[in-house]
Amino acid sequence: MTLVLFLEQTLNGLQQGVMLFLMAAGLTLVFGIMHLINLAHGSLYMVGAYVTATVTLASGNFAVGVLAGMAAAGVAGMVVELLALRRLYTRDHLDQVLATFGVILTFNELTKIIWGPQALFLSTPAWLSGTVEIIPGAPYPAYRLFIIVVGLLVGAVLRHLIINTRLGMLIRAGATHREMVGAMGVNIDRLFTIVFGVGAMLAGLAGAISGPMLATEVGMGEKILILTFVVIIIGGIGSVRGALVGAILVGVVDTYGRAFLPTIMRSFFEPSVADSVGASMSSMTIYVLMAMVLIWRPRGLFQAYGGT
Amino acid sequence: MTWKLTRRTYVHGIGLMIMLALPVVANAVGEPFLTTIASRVLIYAIAAVSLDLILGFGAMVSFGHSAFFGIGAYAVGILTHHAFNSEVIAFLPGDWTGSTAAVIQWPLAILAAGFFALVIGALSLRTQGVYFIMITLAFAQMLYYLMISLPTYGGEDGLNLWERSNLPPFDLYDDQQFYYLTAALLLAFLALTRRIVGSRFGMVLKGCKQNEPRMKSLGFPTYRYKLTAFVIAGMGAGLAGALAANHTEFVGPGMMHWTRSGEIMVMVILGGMGTLIGPVLGAATLLLMEEVLSQFTEHWMVILGPFLVIVVLFARGGIYGWLVGQEQDDD
Repeated sequence: MTLVLFLEQTLNGLQQGVMLFLMAAGLTLVFGIMHLINLAHGSLYMVGAYVTATVTLASGNFAVGVLAGMAAAGVAGMVVELLALRRLYTRDHLDQVLATFGVILTFNELTKIIWGPQALFLSTPAWLSGTVEIIPGAPYPAYRLFIIVVGLLVGAVLRHLIINTRLGMLIRAGATHREMVGAMGVNIDRLFTIVFGVGAMLAGLAGAISGPMLATEVGMGEKILILTFVVIIIGGIGSVRGALVGAILVGVVDTYGRAFLPTIMRSFFEPSVADSVGASMSSMTIYVLMAMVLIWRPRGLFQAYGGT
Repeated sequence: MTWKLTRRTYVHGIGLMIMLALPVVANAVGEPFLTTIASRVLIYAIAAVSLDLILGFGAMVSFGHSAFFGIGAYAVGILTHHAFNSEVIAFLPGDWTGSTAAVIQWPLAILAAGFFALVIGALSLRTQGVYFIMITLAFAQMLYYLMISLPTYGGEDGLNLWERSNLPPFDLYDDQQFYYLTAALLLAFLALTRRIVGSRFGMVLKGCKQNEPRMKSLGFPTYRYKLTAFVIAGMGAGLAGALAANHTEFVGPGMMHWTRSGEIMVMVILGGMGTLIGPVLGAATLLLMEEVLSQFTEHWMVILGPFLVIVVLFARGGIYGWLVGQEQDDD
């Protein structure tokens, strides 16, 4: 029984990790190439979630909703990049943090104006609402498996894109020698906008598929943004591989913490104390993990191509 | 040294006069609630000046300053909570049941904030650049979630402060006395920061901002200097938090939320980073803008957000730089 529970929680952790990876991949690419800290990445996640929920409810088709959500996040990302963020690439990090903070406030308030303060809820599409008995004796929700598959697929596509295509070659070159790539006749501005759009679409995808599991509400982007930061700090800023490893590490550790810490605490304290201590400790586990990684390796587990 | 009437002298003098005269004028025109708003401005000014010490003078972009603000507030909240219910504080040794005396509460709030700043700073300062921004942010969020998960101290709902701090002979329930006390503390903190910035310690800090490897090769243990500055800044924010708890008579996890850190940072930049008076002007501008805009529309953030972006993109040097012009230097 405990083994089954353990496997089940491992899958849950993997699923959370994969969601974080979708966010972290875009954020880390944008940082690795444009040297931009984009706090507004969570807002693009929120745009993806809201548009998906609205289109799905209107059309009755989840797949259409997800595509619309991704497209909306990609377009929103590129518009923000063109209007404001591209002026920030040469500025210091402080300016970038402040300007993107302003973008977050704008997005949150616009969302409140358009969709109102109530949260939206989406039910799981019929073809994914069943369970799969992947572990004998423990039926596992098909939707969570779907998320894991989507995430791993995106990881594989991204790897192919970065290693084997011309765009990927430019991305790698741009991360190390920005000026040189420009001097070779590549349209750097367009490259940056495309990379930003790809990152935004991935954030939109994460938001879109979160719809049936989490409430779609204003402020949802910031919650996941902080976790994403933890992920890319652990993985090493700018490294996509690091983002994957960091995301799964954070997802699994967080899920284990929430699932097992209260039980472990019960063997040390009386139940009422144990529950409260366990709850507060489990909300802190990933930050402790981050602190430990940074003491061991102050620049994260994987070094990016260009470094900071 | 001759006394020269520069633009800076005018700006400082007029600012000080406005600050001292405000409650009197507010009462005279029959709008006494202005004093309450102004107290809030002064409290946030203390927090902003403390952040500017590390942000503007030490180039440490800390995105978790609200953590220390919140710790100061919670220290007051928790001590009052225990004193009111005569409960023993379980996480401290002995059987102390808290206190409502400001002379006990406020120093403890400052010390607690300083202690957390020491731990967080010691870990965070091992990193640099973006890593430092994000790790301070993450630690502040950790404390935020910690307070949410503590039902003893109100969890997500926070704690009501049953009684403001006792500070005889003052009456903190009197808005004017509270205002002048806060103003005095702000002036004292400004004077302290000015001393720090002008001292050898401050020089080393500014040297680290310009070129840390060079400071290291000159033989300065830069890590220790930066950590000390980080702790002093944390303690300043702790004082502001203790005052804020008294001002709103409430402490909640929202005080530690990362958007609060962002707001304090905006105050510093808006007013003028690396100056002492700038953050005060920034705090006043941001909070008054909030106050005025929210009269017109509940969606005032939709104006504030783009305004911030525009300020960052086009206005360098902040309000203080604009007022004082070219003659400004580091104090």
